[in-house]
Amino acid sequence: MSVQLWTYLFVFLTFGLYIGIAVWSKAGSTHDFYVAGGGVSPLTNGMATAADWMSAASFISMAGLISFLGRDGTYYLMGWTGGYVLLALLLAPYLRKFGKFTVPAFIGDRYYSHSARLSAVFCAIVVSFVYVCGQMQGAGIVFSRFLEVDITTGVIIGMAIVFFYAVLGGMKGITYTQVAQYCVLIFAYMVPAVFISFMMTGNPIPQLGFGSELTPEYGGGYLLDRLDGVSEDLGFGTYTDGQKSTQDVFFITAALMFGTAGLPHVIIRFFTVPGVHDARRSAGFALIFIAILYTTAPAIAAFSKTNLMNTVNNAEYTDMPSWFTTWERTSLIAFDDKNNDGRIQYVGDPEINELTVNRDIMVLANPEIARLPNWVIALVAAGALAAALSTAAGLLLVISTSISHDLLKRCLAPDITEKQELSYARIAIFIAVLIAGYFGINPPGFVAEVVAFAFGLAAASFFPAIVLGIFYSRMNRQGAVAGMLTGFFFTATYIIYFKFINPEMSNAEHWWFGISPEGIGTMGTILNLVVALLVCRVTTPPPEYVQRIVRHIRLPGE
Amino acid sequence: MSDKNARSYWQANVRIVLSLLFVWFFISFVCGILFVDFLDQFRFGGFKLGFWMAQQGSIYGFVILIYVYIWLMDRLDKRYDLDQSHSADTAHMDIEADASEGPQ
Repeated sequence: MSVQLWTYLFVFLTFGLYIGIAVWSKAGSTHDFYVAGGGVSPLTNGMATAADWMSAASFISMAGLISFLGRDGTYYLMGWTGGYVLLALLLAPYLRKFGKFTVPAFIGDRYYSHSARLSAVFCAIVVSFVYVCGQMQGAGIVFSRFLEVDITTGVIIGMAIVFFYAVLGGMKGITYTQVAQYCVLIFAYMVPAVFISFMMTGNPIPQLGFGSELTPEYGGGYLLDRLDGVSEDLGFGTYTDGQKSTQDVFFITAALMFGTAGLPHVIIRFFTVPGVHDARRSAGFALIFIAILYTTAPAIAAFSKTNLMNTVNNAEYTDMPSWFTTWERTSLIAFDDKNNDGRIQYVGDPEINELTVNRDIMVLANPEIARLPNWVIALVAAGALAAALSTAAGLLLVISTSISHDLLKRCLAPDITEKQELSYARIAIFIAVLIAGYFGINPPGFVAEVVAFAFGLAAASFFPAIVLGIFYSRMNRQGAVAGMLTGFFFTATYIIYFKFINPEMSNAEHWWFGISPEGIGTMGTILNLVVALLVCRVTTPPPEYVQRIVRHIRLPGE
Repeated sequence: MSDKNARSYWQANVRIVLSLLFVWFFISFVCGILFVDFLDQFRFGGFKLGFWMAQQGSIYGFVILIYVYIWLMDRLDKRYDLDQSHSADTAHMDIEADASEGPQ
């Protein structure tokens, strides 16, 4: 069976499964639609959270990013997992006890203010839209590369599927499809990794394999030593050493951690479990499920980098295996024979280097490079689609609930009935799908840039406001709003300046304290905290009933 | 629960959180970033220790931390009678809690 036939089969089967789940889990009330009825088990929620969290970028791009960053790639690994420790210890149990549907609801109630609620609605919508466009684009790319339909058709198919289960089932439909999507994506990620690890090192566990010795066919010796040696010889720098400054890696890691803990689509997953104890357990399950992929990614990075360098460097262009030409057609690989010797020079020096490799190829083409069976190659497409669709659905739900619940029900039209609220939620998700689809088909050039934005902004706005709201009962409206606005605008200004206004100035020389725009969210978080505490000191304490809410959410049980 | 009890429960909770966050900071920022080059002089198997901490060890550490947190909090909740098995004087609340929380 050809790769394409296998791909069609897997995509068809998984999509059928998602639709089946959607029909089975139709939402009947706002409680179903917003928090899946509130009775999701910690294990189920852990899986759903993992799928919600691991996006097209985690699945397709992360291993590739790490393979080009070497040790510095660690900020993605630690940043996107360490945030769960913060989430589990500082946010999830208390927000669950608070027991509302959304993040803006917590901010609005805790800071007894419509302006706080509205700024939270605004932040939640901006952050989620930025993110969801990237997911739709990811789905479109996978469709076009693996199924050879054009990107527009791909995005429309993806939209139709998400639309179907998100509009019908809300959080309930999303939760159970995410469980299925987690299984699909982790299987699709692990199978090629296990195959490659076994082939190259004889150890089937990738996490151990990349610290093992290569088999004689691959030249023997420890894999990482070999990778270091070849990288140095070709002028790429030592793989297991850092190239970026320590403070920059520090700040980027922290920004990703704070951002992870502040992202609304992750936080709302913890509203779906029955109680505080379940919220804690569910954070544990979520991190285990995420860690399976995140500890495998650096192994894939090392395997595929070694494999790529072995295959291409100084080889005759005409001897290249078939995957090379396949991916050349999609321009993920480009060969430019500068010295006309018919051989590929893949080296660090841009003057001599003749090969440009897109980072996404490390996951997408890895099974082909390692000559794995066709069905394994085909799995990758189904896995990448599962990753993109599950994250998109979670984000769309945040947008929809922010509009129907926080904006309409709580601010603009408090008189609407539950039934009306539910239909507004469905309409909001419908419009959000359309807008996300539009941006998926016509991606604004800045999508990749704005992802750094989403994390920085979530870190600098939500994270401190929520943590202070729980751990500092004296924190009042004035302090929280001032802090959120300062953090938000400081971070936004810094990123916009270096990413859009003066991109040529974006280097360590001009950055403040050598902190890149990706890491500035950490500064924003600190500023937010300082401003909030200062303003709070000189203004009136929050009313007694608010302090009672704080005391209430600190205790588990009723 | 009395105010005094609630306060001491909360203090114990904050102590647990702070000490676990200290470990969190140590395994990620200290071992994985600040002292990574120093740790790289030690090796086990094909891994340099600093590199391993940065790309593998810290993540395993995070998982363990959350489970230690769950364990410590369960113990604390039990000591303050805040776990699912309530004592007699909070029995009436139990019924409410069960009704809203569903079967465990």
